[in-house]
Amino acid sequence: MLPAEAVSQINNTLEKYPDSRSALLPALYIAQRHVGHLPLDALHAVATLLDLPDAHVRGVASFHVMFRDSPGGRHLVQLCTNVSCMLAASSGLLDVLKEHFGLRPGATSPDNRFTLLEGECIGECEKVPAMLVDSDVHTGLTAESIIEILARYE
Amino acid sequence: MSKLIDRIIPDPVRCITGISAYEAEGGFRALKKAARAGPDFVIEEIVRAGLRGRGGAGFPTGRKWAAVAEDTATPKYIICNADEGEPGTFKDRLILEKNPFLLIEGMALAAFTVKAGVGYIYLRGEYPALFHLLEDVIAQCRKKGYIGPDFMGTGADLELYVHRGAGAYICGEETAMIESLEGKRGQPRSRPPYTVNYGYMGKPTLASNVETFANVPIILNIGAESYSKIGSPESPGPKLFSVSGDVVRPGVYELPMGVPLSEIIYEHCGGIKGGRALKAVIPGGVSTAVLRSDDLACRMDFTSKCEGSMGIIGSGAVIVFDEETCMVHTAYRIAKFFAHESCGKCTPCREGTDWIRAILLRMEQGLGVEDDIRLLREVCGNIAGNSFCALGDSAAISTIGFLDKFGDEFEAHIKGKTCPFGGPV
Repeated sequence: MLPAEAVSQINNTLEKYPDSRSALLPALYIAQRHVGHLPLDALHAVATLLDLPDAHVRGVASFHVMFRDSPGGRHLVQLCTNVSCMLAASSGLLDVLKEHFGLRPGATSPDNRFTLLEGECIGECEKVPAMLVDSDVHTGLTAESIIEILARYE
Repeated sequence: MSKLIDRIIPDPVRCITGISAYEAEGGFRALKKAARAGPDFVIEEIVRAGLRGRGGAGFPTGRKWAAVAEDTATPKYIICNADEGEPGTFKDRLILEKNPFLLIEGMALAAFTVKAGVGYIYLRGEYPALFHLLEDVIAQCRKKGYIGPDFMGTGADLELYVHRGAGAYICGEETAMIESLEGKRGQPRSRPPYTVNYGYMGKPTLASNVETFANVPIILNIGAESYSKIGSPESPGPKLFSVSGDVVRPGVYELPMGVPLSEIIYEHCGGIKGGRALKAVIPGGVSTAVLRSDDLACRMDFTSKCEGSMGIIGSGAVIVFDEETCMVHTAYRIAKFFAHESCGKCTPCREGTDWIRAILLRMEQGLGVEDDIRLLREVCGNIAGNSFCALGDSAAISTIGFLDKFGDEFEAHIKGKTCPFGGPV
């Protein structure tokens, strides 16, 4: 089930589109923001609201890296390791995250604070290496600054 | 009003996010001009200017606008492709951050010209801050009547919305983007029918890149004649280049089409960092084939070719590598990207991109065998021309480019059973 506020927000997005199915991505974002991730019952609720088959909604949710099917840590860290960031030795930062926070790509830290994804390009290639923490962009990272920045996220 | 917007990003530092600031710069003059002169005039000007789409394919924009305008089916839609996902590309982000009203003016011009009542900006999921900025910018334009009901006194309505993607590179492919906007998995459609006649909801749809829309007000401001004299005759106009990697001053540079690659790297970006030598350049995003230092004279536009290379300009993302970079590792990282982003619809791409990734990984780890180079070429040959969309082709073009230009490094990895650069895989 989705909270009433999520349902009304989803209903509000419907006016942007000629049919309800087009509102699926915004609806999934809203559901995830309220629930924290997208368990099967949240997907079912979205499917019901938009009058879509459950399987269709699951298929779309699982297609995208931004939608999570498990709770994960409180903050999602996406460190870019694509070419431009690779040249700035972003892979070395993966070692720093492992040592300092016990973080491994694809996994959640033991204290449940962070989930780390080895990310693809986030379009910040002139200030490398770069990462997204939830919706915040951080650039020009160093071994010191990445620890300092993540320390701000409880 | 004496000022005139004649650059995509007039000021690299300032962000023009208030509508009165944009108007003071000469904003919306092009839209007003179009409202007086009519849709045919706009299309004529774009055709005469010679504008070609900035998303990578370089399709003549005037022909696209004319095709949507001529279609009699209704309703019609416009979609701005702001799903900037090609690694190394960040020019559209700069347009949206620094001069977002220029995009809206371009979209309003398009809607007026092709008679579309609704438009969407399909924005990368990775640009969350821009979602709110664009919603605010759209609201400001609506309040002033540049869009909205009876916009510009045209008697027609125009609503623009921001639609946020969710992190899938393939959704930058035009038909996959439309599938995604329709609430389906972002997998490409077969063409024909083309988007101009059968796009969003099966209706005539004009889909263009952010930078393409942003060029249209400039054409109307300075006139098609002047515009067509900027840069290369076959693909004129200003072009944004996203430069990253081992240069002194990475960033976005607005330069005339046809600028030599060497000028971008050495004059505008200050050359190679740390006084090292240049080894390689990816000229137009990871979908284009890598070049060597002796290819730098080539001109950056849609028609220039470098020896042994297909199109070079792509998305305009120039990635520069110094002499200390391992080309096998770089090829592997790009292959890993394509394998991850393959949508899974067609077998050559789904299976092939992962094979390329796996073979390059074992080479980089020193586990490659003599036959691997031949095998890589064979796999690439099976993808190229056989995949459903350009993603598979891009993976093959990238890999073959590295093999052609830096074959010696691949052999050294196999013979030495290790990465000579101490590769960090």
